[in-house]
Amino acid sequence: MAASPPILSRRRYQIQRAGFAALLMATLVTVVPIILIAALILWRGAPAISWEFLTQPPRQGMREGGILPAILGTLWLTLGTGVLAVPFGVAAAIYLAEYAPESRWTRTIRVAIISLAGIPSVVYGLFGLGLFVLFLGFGTSILAGSFTLAIMTLPVIISTAEEALRSVPQSFRVVSISLGGTQWQTIRRIVLPEALPGILTGVILGLERAAGETAPILFTAAAFFLPRLPTSPLDATMALPYHLFVISTQVPGMPIRLQYGTAAVLLVFVLGMNILATVVRSRARARRQW
Amino acid sequence: MVAVVETANQTARLPDERHALAIRGLSLVYSDGKESLREIELDIPVHAITVLFGPAGGGKSTLLRSLNRLNDLTDVRHRSGQVWFDGQDILQPATDVIALRRRVGMVFARPVVLPMTIRGNMTYGLELAGERDHKHMAMLLERSLRAAALWDEVKDRLDDPAISLSGGQQQRLCLARVLALEPEVILLDEPTSGLDPLSTGKVEASLHELKSRYTIVLVPHSIQQAARMADYAAFVLDGQLIEVAPGKEIFTRPRDRRTQDYVEGRFG
Amino acid sequence: MRGVAWTEFLITRWIRVSGYSAILFVLLIFGFLLREGSPALIQIPPSSLLGVRWYPIEDHFGILPLLGGSVVVTIGAMLVGVPLGITTAIYIAEVSPRSVREILKPLVEVLAGLPSVMLGFLGIILLAPSLRRLLDLPTGLSALTGALLLGGIAIPTIVSVAEDALDAVPRTYREAAMALGATRWQTIWRVTLPAARSGVLTAVMLGIARVIGETMTVMMVTGNAPVMPSGLQSLFRPVRTMTATIAAEMGEVANGSVHYHALFLIGVTLFLISLAINLIAAAVVFRQRTRAERVLS
Repeated sequence: MAASPPILSRRRYQIQRAGFAALLMATLVTVVPIILIAALILWRGAPAISWEFLTQPPRQGMREGGILPAILGTLWLTLGTGVLAVPFGVAAAIYLAEYAPESRWTRTIRVAIISLAGIPSVVYGLFGLGLFVLFLGFGTSILAGSFTLAIMTLPVIISTAEEALRSVPQSFRVVSISLGGTQWQTIRRIVLPEALPGILTGVILGLERAAGETAPILFTAAAFFLPRLPTSPLDATMALPYHLFVISTQVPGMPIRLQYGTAAVLLVFVLGMNILATVVRSRARARRQW
Repeated sequence: MVAVVETANQTARLPDERHALAIRGLSLVYSDGKESLREIELDIPVHAITVLFGPAGGGKSTLLRSLNRLNDLTDVRHRSGQVWFDGQDILQPATDVIALRRRVGMVFARPVVLPMTIRGNMTYGLELAGERDHKHMAMLLERSLRAAALWDEVKDRLDDPAISLSGGQQQRLCLARVLALEPEVILLDEPTSGLDPLSTGKVEASLHELKSRYTIVLVPHSIQQAARMADYAAFVLDGQLIEVAPGKEIFTRPRDRRTQDYVEGRFG
Repeated sequence: MRGVAWTEFLITRWIRVSGYSAILFVLLIFGFLLREGSPALIQIPPSSLLGVRWYPIEDHFGILPLLGGSVVVTIGAMLVGVPLGITTAIYIAEVSPRSVREILKPLVEVLAGLPSVMLGFLGIILLAPSLRRLLDLPTGLSALTGALLLGGIAIPTIVSVAEDALDAVPRTYREAAMALGATRWQTIWRVTLPAARSGVLTAVMLGIARVIGETMTVMMVTGNAPVMPSGLQSLFRPVRTMTATIAAEMGEVANGSVHYHALFLIGVTLFLISLAINLIAAAVVFRQRTRAERVLS
């Protein structure tokens, strides 16, 4: 819209300008706090971050020392979640996108995925406690936590992977079949590699969420304080989000500096994965051959 | 399982030596009801170009895709009849469709190059088949690209992405890709519909060259192309085979009224 | 060649099984929750269960205050999140230039990725004390604090779904309106937004589902007092949500006790509520899509 046409009244344009300004204000109210939050945590947490902070375990009831066990714990849980969720999730996506004809069964599967996506994280924690910790006897452990987080992450991975697979042009599949390929050969050699960046983005975002969640690991994996680092998947572990929760609510006299520091490390972890996913996505878009 | 068909007093193998494919009573209905076929009877001669022409939606593509079982990818409600190739009815469930598709290759209307290098496109079908001999593949690669009149243009850039080729080059690559599998029959579904006249000419020239060694079935994108290319031509209308005749006759002296109307442009 | 066919068979089997695994997991979760929660229905008389006192130590298991807490916080969060979320979505989808959009969308995505415990942390350290001073409250840990933070948590969900809905409105609608002399502003409010109505509704519903299911933030800032909220005053007083109850008390219960089963029962309730909202939202989207397909074909 260049110059205002003489036909429309000036008043209508004034209303529009005011309206757009109001929308912009609302957007700023939404968006600026995000930047402020991130900046605040990084700014006030940075002083706490030192080599010692990142590589030493806590002392004096968390009030001194570092958060290494929590960092490692989060890494373990994220890895465990990935190892468990990705094979199932990607395979399920392949089934939905490549094999299954639309039927009552596929509709049921999709309803199930939507249902899984909607379950509150604390209910996952409850389920994980009941099934993995108690019933199957894993105890409070990385294993139980990873299983719980994996089921929670499944819907995200399936949805994004399916979308990535569907975005690969159908013509590739037809050509591959016409050259004497089986369906699996077609998937393995063409569809999956082309969908991989999209799938990877979804996996990273899913794991980012799993890394930041506290409720599912509250009773399945997390321990307040452990004398040693976990040595097996059946050990309990500290974890960054849980650690932040504990030191900000249950440790009297906890130095604020260290609280911010823990929050900053968690933020960097989560933001880092976000950036990674974005980079994967844009690089894939640039190198696409179709 | 060799076919035994009694015709008059003799048992004969289908198709006979002069033909590559023999279609008997082929009927097909898609679940959306479109583009079906009704009782098609047709013999495709070897070492010649057979053209299937007719108005859009009449079933030409359906008929073409029945010859390499590519119809399996679509929702078919009903199919009956036989398509005989090398003594076997390829519509039987027991058919090895994978092997069939290597022997009966297809080029599509839009050039679809796979998202890999030119070399990758060429060797894709061979790798699917389990071919590991790189020397053999290299030999087939060069021979096929020459046959598609593309070798000189790409021989120095085989490791470039195939998408970097022009439209006409891509389509010739698709042809070469099929040739690399050393098929017996080549099916082409409006292969030059998106191409400029120069590229169209190159493709048509290649096909003329190739017909001495292969059997070619072509769906043209214009009646003029049909007239240029056809050794034999079959007019397909509303799923039915109206008339089959040598190319020289059918466009100048069609026997059926409907063929004549179509050839003269009264409907299209 | 045999070996290859065997691996392919196994892999295809694996793919098929995985496809159905989602159904398995949902049933497993629901079944388990029901198994551990239903004893509470037997052990706690309905009159007590629907009572207004949640005080497990003295065998009071009334879940109404918890339900009330969740409701109050959710309503508060929606009052914050819906206006901000929808206006932001409109701005991003309809008004902002492309370059600005490329910055705004990732920013909103960052908000979506922020762990709730981090927001709860900031809530304790900054928001609660500020509200306490500003509004002269006995404590800053109240339903209001929770509502504000949860509104922020709901915003990314509302923005992304609403923005998709607005984007999906066919360009021809807007062009037709403008050809009739409407300004962009008028087009948005009279044409685009109504056309995206069901998508926006879905966005709000999914926002509600997100908020009801939120645990850590509410546990950290709403004060955790299982008092039945009544009247507008309750917004400024501590409450406790269903989610926070489970999170706070699960660690201390004896396996198999009445309390244990009661907490699982709350879990079942949460499961069903979230399920209902998500399924309704999905059905709305589905119906909208088929209607649009019919209109456009």
